[in-house]
Amino acid sequence: MINLVRNEMLKLLRKKRLYVIILIIAFLVPLFTYAQFKEIQDQREKMGNQDWRTTLQQEITDTQNRLSSSRIQDEWRKFLKIRLSQQQYYLENDIDPRAPGAPTFMRIFVENSIDLLLPLLVMVIVADLVSSESSGGTIKLLLTRPVKRWRILLSKYLAMLLSISFIVLSVAVLSYGISGVVFGYGGWNMPLLTGFTVSGDELLTENVHIVPQWQYILMEFGLVWYVCMIVGTLTFMLSVLLRSTAAVMGIMLASLIAGAILANMVSSWESAKYFFMVNLNLTNYVSGMATPIEGMSLGFSMSVLAVWGIAGFIVAFVTFSKRDIY
Amino acid sequence: MSQTPALEVKNLTKKIKGKQIIKGVSFTLVPGEVFGFLGPNGAGKTTTIRMIVGLISPTSGTIKIGGKNVRTEFTEAMRHLGCIVENPELYPYLTGWENLIHFQKMDSSIPKTRLNEVIELVGLQNRIHDRVSTYSLGMRQRLGIAQALLGKPKVLILDEPTNGLDPAGIREMREFIRQLARDENLSVLVSSHLLSEIQLMCDRVAIISKGSVLRTDSVDNLLAEQERVIWRAEPIQVAKEILSMETEVTEGPDHTLITLYNEPLLPDWNEKLVKAGVKVKEMRTQLPSLEDLFLEVTGGESID
Repeated sequence: MINLVRNEMLKLLRKKRLYVIILIIAFLVPLFTYAQFKEIQDQREKMGNQDWRTTLQQEITDTQNRLSSSRIQDEWRKFLKIRLSQQQYYLENDIDPRAPGAPTFMRIFVENSIDLLLPLLVMVIVADLVSSESSGGTIKLLLTRPVKRWRILLSKYLAMLLSISFIVLSVAVLSYGISGVVFGYGGWNMPLLTGFTVSGDELLTENVHIVPQWQYILMEFGLVWYVCMIVGTLTFMLSVLLRSTAAVMGIMLASLIAGAILANMVSSWESAKYFFMVNLNLTNYVSGMATPIEGMSLGFSMSVLAVWGIAGFIVAFVTFSKRDIY
Repeated sequence: MSQTPALEVKNLTKKIKGKQIIKGVSFTLVPGEVFGFLGPNGAGKTTTIRMIVGLISPTSGTIKIGGKNVRTEFTEAMRHLGCIVENPELYPYLTGWENLIHFQKMDSSIPKTRLNEVIELVGLQNRIHDRVSTYSLGMRQRLGIAQALLGKPKVLILDEPTNGLDPAGIREMREFIRQLARDENLSVLVSSHLLSEIQLMCDRVAIISKGSVLRTDSVDNLLAEQERVIWRAEPIQVAKEILSMETEVTEGPDHTLITLYNEPLLPDWNEKLVKAGVKVKEMRTQLPSLEDLFLEVTGGESID
């Protein structure tokens, strides 16, 4: 099996797709870094020459005032207390919450690329994994070896797993390494709030707690990897079913973009939440953004994705081992 | 022959969307023979070959390679098989060497030293480390054969091996195939729609048309059966009248008459002609081309 996976990796590397992906990331990261840098400058200008410590101190006082009011609900009080300790941490440790370090940039970058950019990059790698063998005719040589068909497909799947992990890892390394030049490499221990839940229009704060940024980033990268694996598995299935790589890319591209559009307009069409493409934005649950459709939660979205992924995996393996090759 | 057949195909059928494509094909290959698979395009040659190599599952029937059933003992059966189905499509972005390494890794029983053996056998030493995309068709064909021979197979299956080769390449390929069968005791199944190819290359032939095997026999037997006599005589009209009383006569090119070859009666026919004052200028036997034979057996179905 290791030999088979090595074969697949050799073919993948020789096709140079991975290099292209790395180049794309290496090109985009400085672009976004610059955009982020401009935004921070802009914010600073708006605040005038006021020192950020003064602003933060004002916010803290404001929160303390609200806490001392007797009319607020218990739950809200708890949330405010957490906010307060976060703000105090920033002040005590001399962290400007609006001047992010490289880890913050990393976090913002993956949060924004989880539903479209990264799935697209994954798609570029996976789309022709099987279909290129069919259209190039090499599948005939591959399947007339003393190796069972499912083992050949599994070796391709494992190669996909390795390359996806590699892509996610290089996103992390490149975004940290490149943005750090501008923002500095510190900020791993900056406290962040997580644990929000959304019910109806309300943002529930009862489970909110503080985690250090490194833990937060680790969580988000886990989710990113998961999303990439699901998108990869579905692309893999299409690659088995279709001979044409262009068709595979077309279908995947259409559904990913449809997902991005749907997420903005389906709040009243409830059953749309079972589509895989509206569930890709898993990091939103961590940061506490509103969900596109009511009743969606981290667990729900992960399960929907898992069902799609498992179904795609089964379809791919069953068709591949039964199919007649012409 | 008491040897186990290298390849045994029994009552093979294939139905696609309710249409019977292959209708009960059977044949066997003994070790060391070159077997031709002859038929027009669309007769079912490639479908049959794809079933033998396990790319298509048959609707019914059994295929055994070196005694191993392709369906139930796939990996064991494939160990004995090397094949090129249609064009030798290799990975163009890899070098010839990497292509071979790739296929060597897929079968743990092949030692790495085997690579140099097959490369030398097909004579690709000079270009083996170049990318396949820079190869000519003849070189790809040779690399294709190299990968087929990698696992020291008992059966080699070549689908249209001379397709797209120039005359020198065809000749080279033909000699190479004969040599493999002779020296390595390899059974080779060659499919072709080129009759002259099969005639020169094969020991036995199966003629396939519309999904069934019409005849299987040695090339010599098939041809001998259809041996003809060519007559050149004057006056031709008289000769034709006399001969047609004895046998079936057709007019050939260049004022010749063609009859069946019938050794005991031939002197009689000649005598009758001479007695009638016909001058027999030439009388010779001719083996028909496989082309004539094919038309005869299939009942006039055209081949391209």
